[in-house]
Amino acid sequence: MNRSRVSRRGLIGAGVAGVGGLMLAGCDRLSASPSFQSFIGGAEDLTFSSQRLLLAGQPLAREYKASQISPIFKSNGTSMPGGDAYKALLDGGFADWRLVVEGLVNRPTRFSLADLKRMPSRTQITRHDCVEGWSAIGGWTGVPLGHLLRTVGVSPRARYVVFQCADDLDNSLDGSGQYYESIDLFDAFHPQTIMAYAMNGQPLAPPHGAPLRLRVERQLGYKHAKYVMRIQLVDRVDTIKGGKGGYWEDRGYEWYGGI
Amino acid sequence: MPTDSALGAPLPVSRPHGRPGHEVIYRHTAVVRITHWVNVVVISLLLMSGLQIFNAYPRLHWGSYGADADHAWLEMTALNPDSKHPTGVLRLGGHRLVTTGLLGVSRGADGSPTRRGFPKWATLPSDQDLATGRRWHFFLAWVFVINGLIYLAFGLFNRHFRRDLAPTGEQLKPRSILRDIVDHIRLKHPVGEDAKRYNVLQKLTYLAVIFVILPLMVATGLTMSPGIDAAAPWLLSLFGGRPSARSIHFITANLIVLFVIVHVVEVFIAGVFNEVRSMITGRYTIRTEPHA
Repeated sequence: MNRSRVSRRGLIGAGVAGVGGLMLAGCDRLSASPSFQSFIGGAEDLTFSSQRLLLAGQPLAREYKASQISPIFKSNGTSMPGGDAYKALLDGGFADWRLVVEGLVNRPTRFSLADLKRMPSRTQITRHDCVEGWSAIGGWTGVPLGHLLRTVGVSPRARYVVFQCADDLDNSLDGSGQYYESIDLFDAFHPQTIMAYAMNGQPLAPPHGAPLRLRVERQLGYKHAKYVMRIQLVDRVDTIKGGKGGYWEDRGYEWYGGI
Repeated sequence: MPTDSALGAPLPVSRPHGRPGHEVIYRHTAVVRITHWVNVVVISLLLMSGLQIFNAYPRLHWGSYGADADHAWLEMTALNPDSKHPTGVLRLGGHRLVTTGLLGVSRGADGSPTRRGFPKWATLPSDQDLATGRRWHFFLAWVFVINGLIYLAFGLFNRHFRRDLAPTGEQLKPRSILRDIVDHIRLKHPVGEDAKRYNVLQKLTYLAVIFVILPLMVATGLTMSPGIDAAAPWLLSLFGGRPSARSIHFITANLIVLFVIVHVVEVFIAGVFNEVRSMITGRYTIRTEPHA
């Protein structure tokens, strides 16, 4: 082995290390650039379109057997909304709670929990996949959102369903941290998309979104809004709060949670 | 450029570079070279953004469900997270390994020991930022899949797989495999005609990476998507559940890292200049006769 070969080797090694270091620093700088974020975010549009193509036949998410239910279903995000208003509703067994359905609908309506329970129901044992990486299996009973929407009559202009919630994850004073979510009508009318009032055969408990939460199987956990107070039909979401269509979306996560 | 370029096809314009006992062959086609270097960048960044995503929940489960209360077969955590000097540990099955500074606990954004799975220098972005890590990962995954499909299409089309990667009957005989293993252990590399083709361990490794490990990586990655699970439930059944698929994704990523380490070490042993040049220009110098 001659000397020049050794130094060449050293040179290549140093080059690789240098390029590696530059690459890391470069990637962090790129990550901080909004235009680059939007460039790599373009792949999300490709993912969304591909999944919509694959899901065009509206297949159901897998349903599990009762024996496969997680012994403990992890509660993430809010476990108990703050504030006197929610406490009063909880103390009254949600007898005074009303679900407001409004916006681009023919008949804006307020539903009591009893109203919802009188409607046709669907029970499904499904897997809840958190964006963080964990999964839990639980059984959910509720009224299909599609039925609720047909009851109030959806305007042809409506494109999205927005869920306004009782929990303020940021504990903000001005309500800017109020949880909200949105889905489009493709998912809203899927048979497994339900407004759930029961979990594993029991009334929904506060850690899981009492009295009513969204189940939108085929999407990640943060889409499944808990403590739903108001459902709005809208033609666009960019005029609501942060403009990205949801609490976590306004904080950098993707609106489409199918991946 | 010869159209039937192959590992074993000498360049028609082959000049022995003025060095006696050497021959220059055309080893790698342009498609192989380009897709290789795209992979170098993309797989590195996929790994690092993958570790960022892993860090959001640095535990692995097996089966259909798995969260905090469930048994994890692998976990990176801090023993005393609230103390000034937390101890980072890796739990693997029943074993516990103290890994402070590397796994479980390492320097955070402000330089103080922080609870995190993999350290800052290994993740993309370096600070904890799941949303950005996911954006990188899914963007890169598309590039990786498209790049891989181009490679596979050309590999089939120009017979790269059959000609260069499929072992010959002779190579698969136990005796020649054994001899190859011994040669590898002795760091002995072939010369002459034998150097014009991959040895059998090389071929089997490349085939395993190309046709088993990388596709498994893509398939387990897809299985973590609830949308894909509804569209292709059979894929989920194949892996035994989403937590299992996440575990396999992690194990497979480790196998890729292992492959890359061995691959790079072998490149250095075999002659880094010649090897790297062959992956850039396609030209590869072989010794036609052993050193005296």
